[in-house]
Amino acid sequence: MEKFIKFSGIVAPLDRSNVDTDAIIPKQFLKSIKRSGFGPNLFDEWRYLDQGEPDQDCAGRPLNPAFVLNDNRYHKASILLTRANFGCGSSREHAPWALADYGFRVIIAPSFADIFFNNCFKNGILPIVLDSKTVDRLFGLAGRDQPLELTVDLDSQKLFTAAGDTIPFDVDPFRKHCLLQGLDDIGLTLQYSKEIRAFEDQRKVTAPWVF
Amino acid sequence: MSAKTLYDKLWEDHLVRTDDDGTGLLYIDRHLVHEVTSPQAFEGLRMAGRKPWRVNAVIATPDHNVPTTNRASGISDPVAKVQVETLDRNCIEFGITEFGMNDTRQGVVHVVGPEQGLILPGMTVVCGDSHTSTHGALGALAFGIGTSEVEHVLATQCLIQKKSKSMRVSVDGELGVGVTAKDIVLAIIGEIGTAGGTGYVIEFAGDAIRALSMEGRMTVCNMTIEAGARAGIIAVDATTIEYVKGRPHAPTGETWDAALSSWQNLHTDDGAVFDREIHIDAASIAPQVTWGTSPEMVVSVLDRVPDPEREVDSTKAEGMRRALDYMGLKAGTPISEIPVDLVFIGSCTNGRIEDLRAAAKIAQGRKVAGSLTQALVVPGSGLVKAQAEQEGLDRIFIEAGFEWREPGCSMCLAMNADQLKPGQRCASTSNRNFEGRQGKDGRTHLVGPAMAAAAAIAGHFVDVRDL
Repeated sequence: MEKFIKFSGIVAPLDRSNVDTDAIIPKQFLKSIKRSGFGPNLFDEWRYLDQGEPDQDCAGRPLNPAFVLNDNRYHKASILLTRANFGCGSSREHAPWALADYGFRVIIAPSFADIFFNNCFKNGILPIVLDSKTVDRLFGLAGRDQPLELTVDLDSQKLFTAAGDTIPFDVDPFRKHCLLQGLDDIGLTLQYSKEIRAFEDQRKVTAPWVF
Repeated sequence: MSAKTLYDKLWEDHLVRTDDDGTGLLYIDRHLVHEVTSPQAFEGLRMAGRKPWRVNAVIATPDHNVPTTNRASGISDPVAKVQVETLDRNCIEFGITEFGMNDTRQGVVHVVGPEQGLILPGMTVVCGDSHTSTHGALGALAFGIGTSEVEHVLATQCLIQKKSKSMRVSVDGELGVGVTAKDIVLAIIGEIGTAGGTGYVIEFAGDAIRALSMEGRMTVCNMTIEAGARAGIIAVDATTIEYVKGRPHAPTGETWDAALSSWQNLHTDDGAVFDREIHIDAASIAPQVTWGTSPEMVVSVLDRVPDPEREVDSTKAEGMRRALDYMGLKAGTPISEIPVDLVFIGSCTNGRIEDLRAAAKIAQGRKVAGSLTQALVVPGSGLVKAQAEQEGLDRIFIEAGFEWREPGCSMCLAMNADQLKPGQRCASTSNRNFEGRQGKDGRTHLVGPAMAAAAAIAGHFVDVRDL
């Protein structure tokens, strides 16, 4: 996994709460057996006016001018600002794959759905929880003619605006460590193979019906 | 020793190790696999030269993409076909048991697992599917996970996780006649909201939960994820034991006796403390119908479509306006005056035998309204289908004008050919009414199986208790 250390980017404001993973990447694209190539279909039903199909060239499709990612100001956005309970619904990891493939590395919201939140960390995306007031303030800044640019420093757990504002954020220490180092969870867990075997041997005695 | 919640017990029983910061390594007993969220995980194993840690912990079946008609001619959608065939190939390569598309045991993975006795009380269960929460009904700790975690569990038999907070939702008293498990869980989501359970594992308790069948309990736990919770669980009792006994993979003989004695402990101790407690009066719950694009946008069939102008929270009001616009509904419309174009009965929420019986009871001797485009009944598994046919339910449905289909996820998420067209309105026994869930610009109203059947007959929503 790519390391996440310090990152600067433009903020796209998606002013909706309860954005579900069906909206992030509609079901027809889940038929792919690959991890890559989902970016052009990110928010497909909101982004385009026609019905998207797998393996279709999206370059000539009619765009929905009212959707935030089709606004010229946000074409190069790599930080998504959104509302509460982002990523609710299905466990599909295709949602963070699509966000990452499009170019998003950071998502800021007052809250996230649990499985989506976990999935982000596995894909080098940093989901940041900020209180609703701060999120409101960022929406105000991001909606101006000149788009908002933020610098995210994971090590110091701070966001910086060009105007000199500093916004601290929390992150789980283990997840921070994995992102900073670009670590593979599986490799880490397999370091405990002996303990897993010992646990399993014990469980075969206490709950043989499981095996 | 201090009093423990059921979640405490299940967590501690599976904890391989804990880091200083509280991150746990949790042993996983059972891993369910389907075609959509597994190919990239198997590919990851292959690329790293890894093998599954314990291959007999894993069971696979294709469900999301499979057609519900004319299976003999295979899958006509070439992209879906590749995905289902990839699952078949991966299962052969890694030595995993699979109930393939034409096996009678095939079905929606969350219907198949319990039906086969592959899910037992006290287990930890994972699947790359959010509705894995279903299995909590058996007193198991069951989570939906992403594909990276599917690969992690395949490779290590463990999951890295921090312990959630605990919530108990007690549904006290007795349900009214004609009110079902689906109405309970929709009413709970209406009460606590789609993010109300975020950060929690919810234990469902109370007389009304105790009185539910296993099928009903699975419906409740299935939709725990729609309240944002990591898992839903229900304590083991005689109903659980009765359900598990004699299933193909359930223990037998002395092992059964040992299991029974171990499972007696799978309940919350008296005096155990939860981080949050909610009480709901069962008698106050009427049949529920969602009106919007989130499961929390739900009212009783006796109510009207709510008015965003009366909502004080401006973000919420905006969400309501957007939902009404998408759903093509006007505030103040009585729910019973909303006409439906299609009816879908099935899914991991309501595709079990009891659900089909409840719908058939309403359909018997009646006809689907002429105004409907389609009324589908999709059994949750091949065995549910066979059981229903043995009971003659298929005849009842067909004579009433419903289509009787092959098992799969079908129109719940519309990955196969069963989809809504733009603007079509569906009374659906599934779990999500999100925009586009059942097809681009399709409109979904979530209801229980009897309510769905009643809507099919009337052509609009009706209070099933009036029939």
